[in-house]
Amino acid sequence: MHGHGGPGGGPAGTGAVLSGGEWAVAAVLAAAVLAYGAGVVAVWVRGTDWPAGRLALWTCGWLCAGAALLGPVAERAHRDFAAHMAGHVLLGMLAPLLLVLAAPVTLALRALPRPSARALARLLASRAAAVPTHPLTAAVLSVGGLWALYPGGLYAAASSGPWGHAAVHAHVLASGYLFAFAVLGGPDPAPHRPSPPWRAAVLVAAIAAHNVLAKTVYAVPPPGVDPERARAGAEVMYYGGAPVEIALIVLLCAAWLGPRPAPAARPGQAGGRGAPARRGPSALTPGRDRRPAARSAGRTGGGR
Amino acid sequence: MARARSGPGPAAPPGEVSGYDRRGRNLAAGVLLGLGTVAFLDEAVFHQLLHWHHFYDRSTTAVGLVSDGLFHAFSWFATVAGFFLVAALHRERAFWAGAFASGWLTGAGFFQLYDGLVQHKLMGLHQIRYGVDLLPYDLVWNAIAALLLLAGIVGWVLTGRARAAARRSGASPARRAG
Repeated sequence: MHGHGGPGGGPAGTGAVLSGGEWAVAAVLAAAVLAYGAGVVAVWVRGTDWPAGRLALWTCGWLCAGAALLGPVAERAHRDFAAHMAGHVLLGMLAPLLLVLAAPVTLALRALPRPSARALARLLASRAAAVPTHPLTAAVLSVGGLWALYPGGLYAAASSGPWGHAAVHAHVLASGYLFAFAVLGGPDPAPHRPSPPWRAAVLVAAIAAHNVLAKTVYAVPPPGVDPERARAGAEVMYYGGAPVEIALIVLLCAAWLGPRPAPAARPGQAGGRGAPARRGPSALTPGRDRRPAARSAGRTGGGR
Repeated sequence: MARARSGPGPAAPPGEVSGYDRRGRNLAAGVLLGLGTVAFLDEAVFHQLLHWHHFYDRSTTAVGLVSDGLFHAFSWFATVAGFFLVAALHRERAFWAGAFASGWLTGAGFFQLYDGLVQHKLMGLHQIRYGVDLLPYDLVWNAIAALLLLAGIVGWVLTGRARAAARRSGASPARRAG
């Protein structure tokens, strides 16, 4: 993907010039940001409010993914396992969290034409959607994928060809997104979301598996990785991942145990969803007043 | 804890908080924060400041890695959840310092005793320190743990009595113990 096998090899690949694969990645990132921006404009044109903070979250999320895939971190990642792990934290943990908090599905439900929005809402509510969005499935896909990648020896195999490389990156980002969404159960509508204690238990188990994996990588370097670099990478994975893990815990607990607006406050609020008092941190807090949020998001999307 | 939020929320009057036990919630918040505090002290002081423990200890077994990882993850979760519970209790004017302290002492003492006896001695996952005579370290560690746990259990019993007495007289237990 990064053209490390391409002409010129090292020095020619650095600098402002992107290889073909990198142009493709940059185009995908730009398209994702532009599509979200178009959705926000469409919602504004209809006269509905959309928090600007979410657009910022979405943009930052793709910037993190871009930093992992295109920048100097990505360039070093081929030689330096610590840089590779920094890329993992950015692409597989931080970027997915930011993207989930941007609530892209809610935006799509509101911005899309009515039939498409209805189809999307039906898809979300379908039984088929319950399987991949279950926290256990998502945890196995994301953390289990890492176990296959490093101790499983897939890392050496996947980093040999550009397509394998691209597939691993896509899987890391997608499964990270699925995991963050499944554990937080929002802010997008999540009709199949299990109860908070279940999601908390899966989150704790997944964090534990991530920690154990980091220490395993430290003790037993993956095939083809220099032991010294493997240890540095393991520490990046462990300590670099911790802030994201704690953020997930805070967001889950805030929606579960945190104070809630009194029920009477909601219908009395003119001007749509969300009380003005909750605008600050709560714009980032998923899963609050769960059922009504899910329902109103679906209704708004289908009915506007 | 799971049912903690099924009630109408912060609007509930102090004393009877939406039909579930305020002492139980204060104890739970204390236990969670007690666990988290000891785990945090262990990690920050002994691991990162004194370097008595290490990121990876060559003697660590596979079981040790899993139990370590699980406890690390759970202690972070317990800390955050404990803070949110305390915040919610304050907001509902249902915070009861006595019950919270009992829970805190119990959680802290239990974790430290578990760590000192089961993880250090029974499973031999890791020791407090390496290259020194362990006996004084083990004695101090476990004695402190036992005292914390004992104090917590005493508080647990006392707050239970306070609640029972308050129920008989129809008053709010928090008023007396606050």
